[in-house]
Amino acid sequence: MNWRPGASLSSLREAALLRRSIHAWMELQGVLEVQTPALSGAAATDPHVLSIRTDSGRFLHTSPEFPMKRLLAAHACEIAESGSLERQPDLYQIATVFRAEESGRFHNTEFTLLEWYRVGMDHVELMADLETLLQSVWQAFGKSWPGVQSRRYGEEVHRLLGVWPEQMTSTDTIADYFAAADRSYPEAIATDVDAALDLFMDEFVLPEFAPDAFTLLVDYPASQSALARLGQDDQGREVAQRFELYFGQVELANGFHELSDAATQRVRFESDLLKRERLGVASVPVDEHLLDALSAGLPDCAGIALGLERLHMVLAQHEHIREVLSFDDQRA
Amino acid sequence: MANYGTNDFKGGLKIMLDGDPHSIVSNEFVKPGKGQAFTRTRVRNLKTGRVVERTFKGGESFEAADVMDTPMQFLYADGEHYHFMNPETFEQLAADKTAVGDAYLWLMDEAMCEVTLYNGQPMAVTPPNFVEMVIKETDPGLRGDTATGGTKPAHMETGATVKVPLFIEEGEKIKIDTRSGEYVSRVK
Repeated sequence: MNWRPGASLSSLREAALLRRSIHAWMELQGVLEVQTPALSGAAATDPHVLSIRTDSGRFLHTSPEFPMKRLLAAHACEIAESGSLERQPDLYQIATVFRAEESGRFHNTEFTLLEWYRVGMDHVELMADLETLLQSVWQAFGKSWPGVQSRRYGEEVHRLLGVWPEQMTSTDTIADYFAAADRSYPEAIATDVDAALDLFMDEFVLPEFAPDAFTLLVDYPASQSALARLGQDDQGREVAQRFELYFGQVELANGFHELSDAATQRVRFESDLLKRERLGVASVPVDEHLLDALSAGLPDCAGIALGLERLHMVLAQHEHIREVLSFDDQRA
Repeated sequence: MANYGTNDFKGGLKIMLDGDPHSIVSNEFVKPGKGQAFTRTRVRNLKTGRVVERTFKGGESFEAADVMDTPMQFLYADGEHYHFMNPETFEQLAADKTAVGDAYLWLMDEAMCEVTLYNGQPMAVTPPNFVEMVIKETDPGLRGDTATGGTKPAHMETGATVKVPLFIEEGEKIKIDTRSGEYVSRVK
């Protein structure tokens, strides 16, 4: 066994500079730093995001999203009740989060999310906000700005498969595409269109992204809306107001125009739980505090979670996540 | 027989796939943040030796292949089969050319190999990581030329060809890394 860290001293210095440059940017933008608990009585219901459950029956958070939204809603109430003219604050947090069964070159069970919320912004404005943060980080590292490109999820699928994601009723088109390209396709996803789309994107669309630049993938299928609002793209198709940020093929961030409707959120939680049951994934208690907060009124906002270790990896060209963590899963 | 999930995958793990025993060569965990996890894997079919890429859905599970790696001593080849002996039980086994694959290039008398048995039958043969062999044939040595780093092909008794430094002579014994097929050093 190796007691030494996976990251070199220079890599840890890079990590510290990265955090420092983020704190500086947030300070300049007037975004309030908060901290929320890592242990919670409820958990994220996403069928593919698995929480670690402790002996006490509580869960280590997979993202600080729910309590941060509760803060946003509470601040809105507080300001309204006091009748003050204070501006609703934007919030950010750098949080250690935990996801079971995620370990690999770009994954570690325990990792760091930068999560921030901008009140009054939608996902489009948030993408511009994200770009200024990244520019400022790149500047702090004295690196030239690689630029940001943009692609639409549905258009990429339609371009290669001839079908829009929402028209897909089976995975046949995708299975055929894999067969024609002589690529391995797991039969186990034959009944799950979204899982097949996930693999299709990873195998055929992501490799086309500019290798040394950022790509924003926008307008996700409505079936993958997660916690984003539904809206329409410029051709009137129903899409999720959600985007992801990539550097090359590395996924870095996931941003939403946040859903604020408690009833819709409850329906999504319940459908997540049904999907968990179908997949044989353990059920979790739904976060009733979040639903109450949404009922009380979440201000119109956009929020984003950005993986700091991955940002560090692409920023300083590290090959494996262990090179940017003091002690990764194998050493912790 | 045990079962392995995709989370247990690592190089060398032996699983049953499409009715054949396979060995995992390498695997990479792939997962979009909110989506389905996959494991992109390179697997070697232990019957045919063929290596293919296979992608599995996270959480899929597979029966362990009833495969045993047994240290055995190489005895001789008779043109069709390669004969090995278990030095503890003195049991002898014959492996055919498919099972031996490229390992025949490194099979020297009495070499201790790892023989992979499936249902008691040899499926694959892994030669020792390092072997020492006498060069049967190579171009004449260039005395004093130890610095330029040039190489020339040297042919071995077993049929293997190894790139050796220019100063190495016919009849010399050399150490070879069988995993890369590369010259390591001279053996005095």
